Amino acid sequence: MKIRLNDIAKTFDDFRAVRGVSLDIESGELVALLGPSGSGKTTILRMVAGLEYVDEGQIFFGDEDATSIPVRERGVGFVFQHYALFPHMTVGENIAFGMKVSKTKRTKAEITARVAELLRLVQLEGLADRFPSQISGGQRQRVALARALAVDPKVLLLDEPFGALDANVRRDLRRWLREIHSELGITTLFVTHDQEEALDLADRVVILDQGQIVQQGTPQEVTRNPDSAFVVRFLGDTNKLSATVMGGTADLGGASLAAPALPDGKADAYLRPGDLSWSATGGGIPAIVERVIDRPGNRRIIAATERGEPLEFDVPPEIVVKAGDRGFVQIERAQLFAAE
Amino acid sequence: MRRRNVLPGLKLSLGITLFYVALIVALPLGALIFKAASLGPEAYWNIVSSERAVASYRVTVTAAAIATAFNLVFGVALAWILVRYKFPGRRLVDAIVDLPFALPTAVAGIALTALFAPNGWLGAPLMDAGIRVAYTPLGIMIAMAFTSVPFIVRTVQPVLEDLDPALEEAAQSLGASDLSIFMRVILPILGPSILAGVSLCFARSLGEFGAVIFIAGNQPFQTEITALLTYIRLEEYDYAAAAAIASVILIAAFVMLIVTNLLQARGLRYTARS
Repeated sequence: MKIRLNDIAKTFDDFRAVRGVSLDIESGELVALLGPSGSGKTTILRMVAGLEYVDEGQIFFGDEDATSIPVRERGVGFVFQHYALFPHMTVGENIAFGMKVSKTKRTKAEITARVAELLRLVQLEGLADRFPSQISGGQRQRVALARALAVDPKVLLLDEPFGALDANVRRDLRRWLREIHSELGITTLFVTHDQEEALDLADRVVILDQGQIVQQGTPQEVTRNPDSAFVVRFLGDTNKLSATVMGGTADLGGASLAAPALPDGKADAYLRPGDLSWSATGGGIPAIVERVIDRPGNRRIIAATERGEPLEFDVPPEIVVKAGDRGFVQIERAQLFAAE
Repeated sequence: MRRRNVLPGLKLSLGITLFYVALIVALPLGALIFKAASLGPEAYWNIVSSERAVASYRVTVTAAAIATAFNLVFGVALAWILVRYKFPGRRLVDAIVDLPFALPTAVAGIALTALFAPNGWLGAPLMDAGIRVAYTPLGIMIAMAFTSVPFIVRTVQPVLEDLDPALEEAAQSLGASDLSIFMRVILPILGPSILAGVSLCFARSLGEFGAVIFIAGNQPFQTEITALLTYIRLEEYDYAAAAAIASVILIAAFVMLIVTNLLQARGLRYTARS
């Protein structure tokens, strides 16, 4: 089912949570809404589900205007951050709930068979008789997904589905959700504030800030060609160096970069920790090492330029360097934007 | 192996607490049973099964049951409104709920009598409509309902506050109607707390004395409650008979407590962790 958001907006009291968002989600696509807290991503998801009224704009499911269809008739599967499993029902009863209350009558045997099938899909066979309080967080979220899938939703909506889980479980569940998605091919929209999660899972990432879309594209597009400093900063660790642009070249005080698209004047260069390298002699930006942090795969150097700008970057483990060393930083690649 | 506890004071506080429970609760109840037992089985049975006593049980239990049923609906609705809606004066209403607890029951009884007397603010129009409240079983029910409504509100309220709204949203997204959300999700979760509130409410109503005697009229066989009958026997210096009738209330309360606890444990079995 294709979903189309046409210029939707939502205001809570005097807080404009969503300000005119238009978005097309193709049938079978897995799309991430990524943004900091307060960016409106959850509100958008809840409007698509029908859990929040839309102030302005329309939401289309296929060709049908779904804007005012109540949530119970909209045919969406919704997965909540804190699972929202019914605590007084067993895992099996939770999954069966949607089928039991549905207008289309099913026999007991049909429901039992479908519950067993879904338990197999989410790899929780044998846990049907447990209560939610008796299983782990990761298992609970899988039950929540099975419960949402039980009613054959047209669209699957997940609100920070792995936000309450620890890092290892989160990574496993992500891969597993990806597999379920390719198996079922159901149009899926999920909300996250975790860039890694969005880039790892989604076909397409929609980055939001202050209720508006700032950029959307495949993980490759948004990471390689971020179109604003906000996107660069939000997508991961970055260093910022001020630069002066003159005639299409940016001068960073010891290094220069081609900046054909920027006007003359002040600019900011954003450099990922992996975009920099270090040498004791030779060209580059002169810097002094303040601290070295040893990590399993590399050494993280915390340094400052002569102008006092902080820099953090990684060097291979065999590089010999210690606090107080002077040397030069070379830039392998950078993102340049006119100064804010 | 002796478990060592870092926090001090367990032995001392346990000792004091047990001593206190024994002194304040167990000793008087023991004395009551002892006194009642001094009668001998036949005399005991004659007193507790006398016509007047049985009539008082009927009046008390019927009024308490109806008062509790009324409070069940009204108290749950009140708790619901206090938790789910923000309206001006909500904190005031929330505070007023505790008033029956704080008010001396005799004061409540006098106030209710004044209000519902045939010439009172509410009593007069009700009289015109042909409904007599004061000095009838209806008056007893009102007094009982008034003094016991906080039990239901205060037991249901915290559970309702903890009820995640996402549960209802999840049920909605799965296609459930409002009625089926209430019946299948909300009610089963509130169930154990409602049961606790109902049993406390009922027990309090069974034993209510101060508020009831002013409004009841206290006609034997008509509007005489068991607690009053006990009191009358005391006034007559018939301590053994008073203890015998009181022991019936005690046994009833005890049995109810056990049944409630069993039902509650069943309703809450899902919270047990493996």
